[in-house]
Amino acid sequence: MGSSKTGTSEGTERQARYIDAYARMLLIRAFETAIHRLFLRGEVHGTTHLYAGQEASAVGVCLALEPDDYVAGTYRGHGHALAKGTSPVALAAEMLGRATGVCGGRAGSMNVIDLEHGLIGCFGIVGGSIGAALGAALSAKRQGRVAVAFFGDGATNQGYFHECLNMAAVEALPAIFVCENNLYGEFTPMSAVTAGGDIPARASAYDIPAQSVDGNDLWAVEAAAREAVDRARSGGGPTLIESRTYRHYGHSKSDPGAYRADGELESWLERDPLRLARERLLAEGVSEEILATVEATVEEEIGAAVDEALAAPYPDPGLEQASEFRG
Amino acid sequence: MSASDQLEFRVAIRDALAEELERDPSVIFFGEDIAAAGGVFKATPDLFERFGRERVFDTPISELALAGAAFGAAVTGLRPVFEVMFGDFMGLAMDSLVNQSAKFWYISGEQHSVPLVVRSAVGGGGRFGAIHSQIHGTWFQGVPGLKIVCPSSPAEAKGLLKASIRDDNPVIFLEHKRLYSVKGPAPPADEVLPLGQARLARAGEDLTIVALGKGVADALAAADALAEAGLSAEVVDLRTIRPLDLDTVLDSVSRTQRLLVVEEGPRTGGWSTGLLGQVTERGLHDLDDAWIVATDETPVPYSPTLEDAFMPDAAAITASVRSRLGVGVA
Repeated sequence: MGSSKTGTSEGTERQARYIDAYARMLLIRAFETAIHRLFLRGEVHGTTHLYAGQEASAVGVCLALEPDDYVAGTYRGHGHALAKGTSPVALAAEMLGRATGVCGGRAGSMNVIDLEHGLIGCFGIVGGSIGAALGAALSAKRQGRVAVAFFGDGATNQGYFHECLNMAAVEALPAIFVCENNLYGEFTPMSAVTAGGDIPARASAYDIPAQSVDGNDLWAVEAAAREAVDRARSGGGPTLIESRTYRHYGHSKSDPGAYRADGELESWLERDPLRLARERLLAEGVSEEILATVEATVEEEIGAAVDEALAAPYPDPGLEQASEFRG
Repeated sequence: MSASDQLEFRVAIRDALAEELERDPSVIFFGEDIAAAGGVFKATPDLFERFGRERVFDTPISELALAGAAFGAAVTGLRPVFEVMFGDFMGLAMDSLVNQSAKFWYISGEQHSVPLVVRSAVGGGGRFGAIHSQIHGTWFQGVPGLKIVCPSSPAEAKGLLKASIRDDNPVIFLEHKRLYSVKGPAPPADEVLPLGQARLARAGEDLTIVALGKGVADALAAADALAEAGLSAEVVDLRTIRPLDLDTVLDSVSRTQRLLVVEEGPRTGGWSTGLLGQVTERGLHDLDDAWIVATDETPVPYSPTLEDAFMPDAAAITASVRSRLGVGVA
């Protein structure tokens, strides 16, 4: 019970924020389920890397950001884009190779760019997002913004990681390095290829504050991100967050995930980020009806988005007036 | 020409940077030893003192991070210029330049371009050995979205660097080490040269010699020597490898009917081979002869005798023309 009117209203506002965040996580899950189906139907081409299972990570971090802050995502980037505000219709159309895609169908699943929403790119090379965010942080420092790099555990063995963390620390840049540790670099367990196995310790070596959080807990991720954002905006330099999470699908569409130990997926499904968020919202007094309405609305939104994207035209090679250069 | 308008190549580089830093507050400049130390070739002294460390700063020896930083800064409102000390180190920066900066304009559906410049010292003749003497332009010439510029004189360096900084696309800027101490006429104040337009460096009638960077002075010296033997050579300063100004070369060849392309580097995969191929494709009817003077297909050697023999110079160009065209020994 709120002790004053203000308290009650703040509580309601706060609750509404997390209901919205839950809806955003659901949106990502429903989007990935739809993309999976479309891939099997041959409508999504090449390959695609699904974000299902990691939703609390992107949504939790983006809850702590302003709309004009910068985000660099990975080739598993649909969740990063949707969490930052990319339209599901434009994103689905991009996956489908349509002219109305967020990049006009030129980028595809692994390389989405949406500057209008601060998404400076999703990067098909492991670690590429780290370099991009380092540079965006140079601008962000002048603009009062922050720049976030999402990357996987595999990227912590790339030159990008070590070179850019060092330089971000030396320059005290407003960068936030979010390592989504989903335990596998492609098909290989992290433990087999990552000496020491302690990702925050790597950041600590560069004098960068670092912490590990339960990446399936929206509230935990958001709290860590807020601390990092506050530090960045107040001139305190970069932060590393290890978001410990799990991908429900294999690495890409060519990978059924056969290397996983028996029971591993099941135990992570027990800790599905959507399930955890739903349980917490119920415990905090959000009604079953409200949640059911949110869930139905998201299903409908994604259904409509996919239909709209499927109805969109392919780019016409005869009409393309592409130039390698601007101007 | 009075002594006062003699501009040193390294000063031309510094002046171009200073003028663009002054003109546009979004221009920043960073690299290894470029700020406090003024650059290992002393091309960038005083910029740090004049513009401050927010705009001109020394960095770790981390070429990949520098390229990533330039890319990320360029798509968020800055116009970064960075130095990769020796062109040979560009392999370390390649992922960001090729996969991020070069492709962004196109794959983003033209949401934003990537206005960055990466400057490097290139080329042989400095006795630096195989890993500090290459010209890396050819590593990048097949990548759509990149411009590759190689100036031939102090005035050209200033005008082309200013143009590169103002250009909205990623530009790879090659500064030949043997040019840093060369002096030449200063350009008109505020001159900005076009990127992608070759320059007629000398008019002639019997043969077109295409070169760039240090090769232009060699070609001009060779043209002088050939003139004494009665052969009139035209010299085209290509200025950029990408975009390639094929029209200027074709126009020249249509008048001279003979083409010699001079490249400091192996012809296999070289810009000379590509140029010759394109001239053949479009201008075969104008050609009586076409050939290349390039280096051996080896790394750049260290020993002075070996390196001198490796580098195409005026004497090598002259000798090649004499033997190819049967020009009498004067």
